[in-house]
Amino acid sequence: MAAAEKPPVTGTGSVALDGLLTWIDARFPLISTWKAHLTEYYAPKNFNFWYYFGSLAMLVLAIQIVTGIFLTMNYKPDANLAFASVEYIMREVPGGWIIRYMHSTGASAFFICVYLHMFRSLLYGSHRKPRELLWVFGVLIYLCLMGEAFFGYLLPWGQMSYWGAQVIINLFSAIPFIGPDLSLWIRGDYVIADATLNRFFALHVIAIPLVLLGLVMAHLLALHEVGSNNPDGIDINKHKDANGVPLDGIPFHPYYTVKDILGVVVFLIVFAIIVFFAPEMGGYFLEANNFIPANPLQTPPHIAPVWYFTPYYSILRGVPPLFHSQFPGVVAMGLSVMILFALPWLDRGAVKSIRYRGTHFKVALTAFVIVFLILGYLGTEPITVWGQFGGWLGHADRATVVARICTVIYFLFFILMPWYTKVDKTKPEPERVTH
Amino acid sequence: MSDDKQVNKNRRNLVIATCAAGGAAGVAAAVPFAASWLPSERAKAGGAPVVADISTLEPGQMMTVEWRSKPVWIIRRTKEMLEGVKRDDSKVSDPQSDVPMQPEYAKNEYRSIKPEVLVLVGICTHLGCSPQEKPAADKAEMGADWEGGFLCPCHGSKFDLAGRVYKGVPAPVNLEVPKYTYLSDTRILIGEDTKGA
Repeated sequence: MAAAEKPPVTGTGSVALDGLLTWIDARFPLISTWKAHLTEYYAPKNFNFWYYFGSLAMLVLAIQIVTGIFLTMNYKPDANLAFASVEYIMREVPGGWIIRYMHSTGASAFFICVYLHMFRSLLYGSHRKPRELLWVFGVLIYLCLMGEAFFGYLLPWGQMSYWGAQVIINLFSAIPFIGPDLSLWIRGDYVIADATLNRFFALHVIAIPLVLLGLVMAHLLALHEVGSNNPDGIDINKHKDANGVPLDGIPFHPYYTVKDILGVVVFLIVFAIIVFFAPEMGGYFLEANNFIPANPLQTPPHIAPVWYFTPYYSILRGVPPLFHSQFPGVVAMGLSVMILFALPWLDRGAVKSIRYRGTHFKVALTAFVIVFLILGYLGTEPITVWGQFGGWLGHADRATVVARICTVIYFLFFILMPWYTKVDKTKPEPERVTH
Repeated sequence: MSDDKQVNKNRRNLVIATCAAGGAAGVAAAVPFAASWLPSERAKAGGAPVVADISTLEPGQMMTVEWRSKPVWIIRRTKEMLEGVKRDDSKVSDPQSDVPMQPEYAKNEYRSIKPEVLVLVGICTHLGCSPQEKPAADKAEMGADWEGGFLCPCHGSKFDLAGRVYKGVPAPVNLEVPKYTYLSDTRILIGEDTKGA
C-alpha cells in the first residue's frame, strides 16, 4: 500500500491541518505534486522581464473562461437575437458591460502575451533541443487561440463579424476541387447564417476551450519534464549540489510565484485601464463597424480583421492570384503560420541565446520583427493607404509592393535559418548563468 | 498463455482485427456528426430560386433582389453602356469569359441571355464582399476612361458593366452570373434554368 510508505505531513504549525493533509496525501498525490511542480521545481535564477508572459497568458486564459461563462448566461446564439443580446448585456445586465469588455480586451491581451512569449523563445532559443515538443505544443495552443478568436468574433453578429467570417470562410472556397463544397459544409448554408452562428458558438464555448486546456496542460507537463530555459540558453543541470539541486536553480515557489504576482499586478493595472478607459482601443480591439448589425446585402467600406490576425491577412492580400485562382495567397497565409512548427529544426545555431549569437541572427531577428510589425500595420489599412507608385512601376499600390517584400523577408527568416544560424560567429556560452 | 518472450500470433492477430473493426466503427460513427454540418432541409428550402419582376426597370437602372441571402443585381443596360462594355475588352482580364463563371448561355460579349438585361451575383470573387456601383459619370474617382461598372470597397477590385474583372486587381475572375431563365418577358427566375428544373 502506497499510503503506508508515505511519511505523515508535518510542519504546517497546526496538528489538525497536518492530520488533514496526511489523510489526503494517503489517498491523492498531493505533496508529491506540490513538490514536483512548485517547491522542488527548480527554475534558473536569472529569469528576466520576458519570463512574465507565460504565467500572464494563463491568467488571461482564466479571465476569458470566467467572463465567457458569465457572458453565455445572457448571450443568445441566434442570428435574429445575437446582436441585440450583446447590446442587452452591455446596457441592461448589471455588470454586463464590464464582463463583456473584460472578455473583448482579454482576447487582445491573450495575443499580446502569446506574441511576447513566442518572441522570448526566439530571443533565448527556448524552442531548441530538448524543448522541441514544448514548442510544438505551444504552436498548437497558438492555433487553437486563433480558432477561438475567429469563432468568437462572429458571435456579436455585427457587420465586421459577418463580413470578416465571410472573407475567412471564402478562403476555403479557393481550395481546388473541394473548395466550394467545403465552405458550404463549414457554413451549413449558402451564406453565413444562423446555422453558422450556432456551430461557431458551440466551437467557441465548448470544443476549442476543452482542447486548449488539454494543450496548456501538455505544455506545462513538457516544460516541467525538461525544465525551463533561461536568458543565457545554458543547461543549469550541469552544476548541481550534493543534493542534486542545480546550483543556478531556485524553487519555483515561492521565488517565481512572487515574481509572477508582481507581473500580474502590473498587468492588471494596464488591463483595468484599458477596460475602463479605452475598451475599443481606437478601433483596434473592437472595430467600429461591429456596432452595426450584420447585413448580408451590404459590405462595410473597409474590412480588416482584428489586429492580431493582420500580419497574416497582409500576406494573404499581397500574394497575387495565379491561373485565375487566389489559392496561392491562401497557401502562403497557411504556410506562414505552419512554418512555426519547423522552427526547432530550422535553427542550427551553436548557442541558444541571442546573448551569444552573432550578427547574422541578430540582423535576421530584427528584420523579422520589423516586417511582422509592418505587415500587421498594413493589414489594418486599405491597400491604397500609401497611394500608388509612378508610371514606371505600373501604378502599383505602394502598400501592396511593401507587403510583398515583407512577405518574402518573413519566409526568408525561416528558410535561410539553417544557413545563417550555422555560419553565425557565436560567442562562447558561460558555464554558469549570468544576470 | 503464451510465455513472456513469445508473442502468441493468434492472439496478436485477434487484437489487430479487434482494433481494425473498432477503428472502422469509430469512423462510421463520425459520419452523422460530419453530416450534421451539411445544410439542413430548412436551409436548402431557403436556398430555393426567386422570381424577379423587371417590368418597371428603366434603361440604365439597376435593381437588387435577394437570392440565398446574396445580392443579385439586374441591370437594364442602355446602348451606350453596351458600347462601353465593348470598349472595355482591352482593360479586362477575361474578355471572352473563358473561366466558367457563368452558365453556357451567358458566355458571350455581354454575359447575358438578352444583351441589355444583365443578371449578376453582387459578390466580389476575391473575398466575398459586395462591390458598389460606379456609373460612367464617376470619372473623377475612377479615371478618365471609366465606362461604368463596379468597385469593391474591400480590396479595390474593379469590374465593368458585364461583371468582367479588370486587369491588375485582387479579384481573380469575373463576377458570377447565376443560373436564370425568363419565365416571361418581364419575369426572371433566378437560381434555376430550364435544364436544372
